Amino acid sequence: MTVDTLINWFATMGDFPILAFILAVVISGIPLFLVMALNAMIAVYVERKVSAFMMDRVGPMGQGPGLHAGKWGLLQTAADAIKLLVKEDTVPESSDKFLFKMAPYIIFIGAFLGLAAVPFSSSLQVADFNVGVFYIIAVGSIGIIGIVMAGWASNNKWSLYGAMRSAAQIISYEIPAGLSIIVPIMMAGTLNLQELIIFQSGTIWGILPNWIIFNNPFSFIAFFTFFISAVAETNRTPFDIPEAESELVAGWMTEYSGFRWAVFFLSEYANMLVVSGLAVAGFLGGWQSPIPGLFNTGLWGLFWFMGKLGFLIFVMMWFRWTFPRLRVDQLMHVCWKVLIPITMFNIFGVGIWKLIFG
Amino acid sequence: MGVVKGDQMILNIGPQHPSTHGVLRLEVMTDGEIVSQIRPHLGYLHRCFEKHSENVTYEQVIPFTDRCDYLASMNSNFGYVVAMEELMEIKIPERVEYIRVIMGELNRIASHLLALGVYGLDIGAFTPFLYMLRDRERILDMFEYTCGARLLYNYMWVGGVSHDLPKDFETICTDFLDYFEPQIKEYNNLLSFNKIFVERTADVGVIPADVAVSYGVSGPNLRASGVKWDVRKDEPYSIYEKFDFDVPTGTGEFGTLGDCYDRYWVRMLEIEESVKILRQALKEVPSGDVHQALPKKIRPPKGSVYRRTESPRGDLGYYIISDGTPVPSRVKMRSPAFTALSCLDEVSRGWMISDVIAILGSLDIVLGEIDR
Repeated sequence: MTVDTLINWFATMGDFPILAFILAVVISGIPLFLVMALNAMIAVYVERKVSAFMMDRVGPMGQGPGLHAGKWGLLQTAADAIKLLVKEDTVPESSDKFLFKMAPYIIFIGAFLGLAAVPFSSSLQVADFNVGVFYIIAVGSIGIIGIVMAGWASNNKWSLYGAMRSAAQIISYEIPAGLSIIVPIMMAGTLNLQELIIFQSGTIWGILPNWIIFNNPFSFIAFFTFFISAVAETNRTPFDIPEAESELVAGWMTEYSGFRWAVFFLSEYANMLVVSGLAVAGFLGGWQSPIPGLFNTGLWGLFWFMGKLGFLIFVMMWFRWTFPRLRVDQLMHVCWKVLIPITMFNIFGVGIWKLIFG
Repeated sequence: MGVVKGDQMILNIGPQHPSTHGVLRLEVMTDGEIVSQIRPHLGYLHRCFEKHSENVTYEQVIPFTDRCDYLASMNSNFGYVVAMEELMEIKIPERVEYIRVIMGELNRIASHLLALGVYGLDIGAFTPFLYMLRDRERILDMFEYTCGARLLYNYMWVGGVSHDLPKDFETICTDFLDYFEPQIKEYNNLLSFNKIFVERTADVGVIPADVAVSYGVSGPNLRASGVKWDVRKDEPYSIYEKFDFDVPTGTGEFGTLGDCYDRYWVRMLEIEESVKILRQALKEVPSGDVHQALPKKIRPPKGSVYRRTESPRGDLGYYIISDGTPVPSRVKMRSPAFTALSCLDEVSRGWMISDVIAILGSLDIVLGEIDR
């Protein structure tokens, strides 16, 4: 289901091009928003449970309805969401009110736009761009503007520190992320996500699925550099310096409360979904089955894609509850002196590999 | 091209901040992320411990000492009663001494566990904190079983202890030690040898030995700088000379001698030494009555005493002046955390804000004791 198909379909009903366009966008946008909200709800619950099990706790464990959080705490996120909705929305007196209120929307837009290009299965994708990879990387940067706005408009020193760190971090880590994703692009020769996934069908030596990660040693390394940069771009531990709780209280989110804060939260989890989606599509065969030739049709695609996505998000959570946090200069060191040289070397290596074997 | 000169900004860390370990306020002069000066502001937890003590009887001072270093109340009690017994020249039964050492060392482990766990939290590692608190909980359970309190014990009295050990305490404690010793390895795997943790703490906030001595830093912070000074060894009190244990000092394991990592690591090693002492002490607890030496009326002779003991934070000294009445004329507590905090400014200059949090955490301060 892409927007284009919908537009064409509406166009067959009559000659109202603008109306058809609006309808198509709304119809595909609403499920996308639901995906985003549902993702955050599930991810928050899973994160609570995963962290609990890693820490030898039980996590949310309400029993039954009423004021409790459901069986096994299943209603915990719903309760959280209601709490955030009814919470007082405070705007600091000395803040730049317009920018302060604007910032959550911009961050949200950044995350939401990226989600539009994620190929959930061979047919489930809102917008099938011919430059899908480039598009996701590009709209991923919109969020920074919102973060800097939020940090500056809050008129709070902690927020400012968080925003400045965040801007430096995300802009820096976009470079290794972009350079790593060039490897699949070079191999498949396309920027289209669907074509990239179709390129990964078949097998290597008849056993391994023909995913780009298994294709050659350089693409194997590229996956890890991409994933590390992706974790950094989503501001998660060990790269959660912008919102380092023990140092900066809550970083650029310090002054936000209630639903505005919830929007940040939603965007963070949507960002995780987008970057993991790109990693899955670019390196892990997208909606292709891990057993080549089996279970590869219809809704299985969605299942495999979500499964791989879920695994990567789980790994991110695993990171978060295992690792300490880097310092801001060490973060820059990792990016500029470690990841970027590796990714550069990778591109070079893949070029040679393609010349010799491909 | 001229030199870009940034403005200095004052950043106010605390008194309500996740990493100030209580209600400490740090006025930090920063140039971007770089810290140029720190001015700690104290007194948010000031409860007039010393002045209060001049208005209550000697035995009523003990609950106040609990509330000074609330993470190691047993050791706070210990210091006070040792000083009082020296002033009154009381000979106390052997069993009481053993119980005191056992409780003191257990509380040292509990205090260090919290210090290390919270230090992990300061660096950003969440999970080790909960692991360590889980094990600390078992120690608190043992305290609760013995004296009914989990945090503020009022356990050690002048001339004895409030409750005798329960009959099965030895088995419970040995079980705990058997369970606990392998756990130390787990902490090390999870936190101590983690590359990021080492990167964050090694070479950061070095306190050279001479600076440490000139500021009066004591305890694990001093030993991390390579000075082998432990009151339990160098000015033995109670029955510490009977036990065989080492005084671990910093070695610059991953960086420079006296850095944050050394302070962390010395505490980890001290936990092992405490386990060693506990095992020896548990084996040879003599029988006897813990209340037999309790004086009917505490009325020390005219005079004064200064006695220091080794609390988990360092030299905890009590200076007590008696004028012959049941009420102390003056009680002064020498707080090890206070002296540790005093060197924060000098050590942190030129480091980043994240490092200031790391340095502050590595000093293991307790605000209840600093403000008293």
